[in-house]
Amino acid sequence: MRRFEYLRAASIEEAIARLGDDSGAQLLAGGTNLVDLMKYDVATPTTIIDINDLPLREIGQTANGGLRIGALVTNAEVACHAAVESHYPLLASAILAGASAQLRNAATVAGNLMQRTRCAYFYDVATACNKRMPGSGCPARDGLNRNHAILGASNACVATHPSDMCVALAAIEATVIVKGPEGTRAISLAEFHRLPGETPQQDTILRHDEIVLGIELPPTPEAPRYSYLKIRDRLSYAFALVSAAVLLAIDDGVISMAQVALGGVAHKPWRNTAAEVLLVGRTASRGNFDQFASILLSPAVALSDNGYKIELARRTVVRALEQAASRTPQLQSDKRIH
Amino acid sequence: MNNAPGPTIIMDTRSTTTRSVRFSINGVARDATIETCVTLLDLLREEFGLTGTKKGCDHGQCGACTVLIDGKRINSCLVLAVSRDGAEITTIEGIGSPDKRHPVQEAFIRHDALQCGYCTPGQICSAIGLISEGRARTREEIREAMSGNLCRCGAYIGIVDAIEEVLVALRGKPVP
Repeated sequence: MRRFEYLRAASIEEAIARLGDDSGAQLLAGGTNLVDLMKYDVATPTTIIDINDLPLREIGQTANGGLRIGALVTNAEVACHAAVESHYPLLASAILAGASAQLRNAATVAGNLMQRTRCAYFYDVATACNKRMPGSGCPARDGLNRNHAILGASNACVATHPSDMCVALAAIEATVIVKGPEGTRAISLAEFHRLPGETPQQDTILRHDEIVLGIELPPTPEAPRYSYLKIRDRLSYAFALVSAAVLLAIDDGVISMAQVALGGVAHKPWRNTAAEVLLVGRTASRGNFDQFASILLSPAVALSDNGYKIELARRTVVRALEQAASRTPQLQSDKRIH
Repeated sequence: MNNAPGPTIIMDTRSTTTRSVRFSINGVARDATIETCVTLLDLLREEFGLTGTKKGCDHGQCGACTVLIDGKRINSCLVLAVSRDGAEITTIEGIGSPDKRHPVQEAFIRHDALQCGYCTPGQICSAIGLISEGRARTREEIREAMSGNLCRCGAYIGIVDAIEEVLVALRGKPVP
């Protein structure tokens, strides 16, 4: 690992000011992704601004009855929090589907939002990568791309976003609260991450001198119909090939709300709200779910090795919708898929 | 950094990127002046000589480096030591003794939960963390909650047996 200057920020304002002064500075929270990237020489910060002393560890109600979760709350604390378990079980389930217990004890909300792709070419500094070294090329497009994107990819980049938490947050319609020199702004989760286009080096719309303060979840009734179904190469401790986060409301057998996000398929959690609207007013039937999944996957494009993901994603969405509708969400310990 | 072997940087007197840190390690206060880029794993092994904690993958993928930081199981290979300055660390050296083994150590022996033993310090720290979390009860839940600890010898069945036995024995009692 390369040497770096180390600063422990005493205030949010100090962290923002130091970021603004130093283009080589990066924020450190739990470190589970950044330290790994530094060991591989993928991340080469000249200054580390440690934000672990900042007052961003609270979980509490928002004025409108939603939930606010501080940037430094660990993934484990979010997943085990009583209000998350009762009102946002989709979020708890998605977090528990990700990483390992040890990593969840260190990894934070903000770090999870900001984590980088696990594309093997991004991680290998001996190869080209437009995300790591803009303009150098994308070996994944015609190389080993079994894990790569089927939706929203560009000529420059076919990487996927690795997070499970963010897929649930996309379905829940969370908001990311960030602060910069000009003050605080709220960014919807859907806008926070971006598609690669010609600038895949930018995973999010966060500016260099902005810091994530936390996330806000909208008010929601207790015990919603939900499921987080993650398909991967082994039963635990692996990134998603495909995942689906589903929130449903059903009144008298008729769907009144459907919010569905896909993971493992794009540069950001993937949603199609126009397709979701088509489910509203219809019965919660296999046929309607099939039709929705086909619309959701209709823009999908296969690379040389990831064509299987299109049918896998379609079926994962249908099964997750069925699980949510029948109030039998996927358990993250018992991996049998019912 | 590439994966070529090289010396672990603990202290370079020419550098300005050093810091003094203090930890409580297995109940004993330990001080060191270290490079800011030193991980907790390297600090434990190279500076403090506590080689019970193992370096497996060094990338948070195997769990061999698991220690308890302020009571929580964490991969020490992905922790910058300076970032956890002041923390209480428990390593395998602080768990039980040859005369008075920890119940998890006893159970691992009884259930043959190891072969080569390289992953075992991490497995034991992780199991103690799992027990204090108090969430895993069934075998399936234990397996899932231990998925961050790989065992190349494949002693998984013995490991789950051992943890399950301790959980049953502890039911309703405080965690040791």
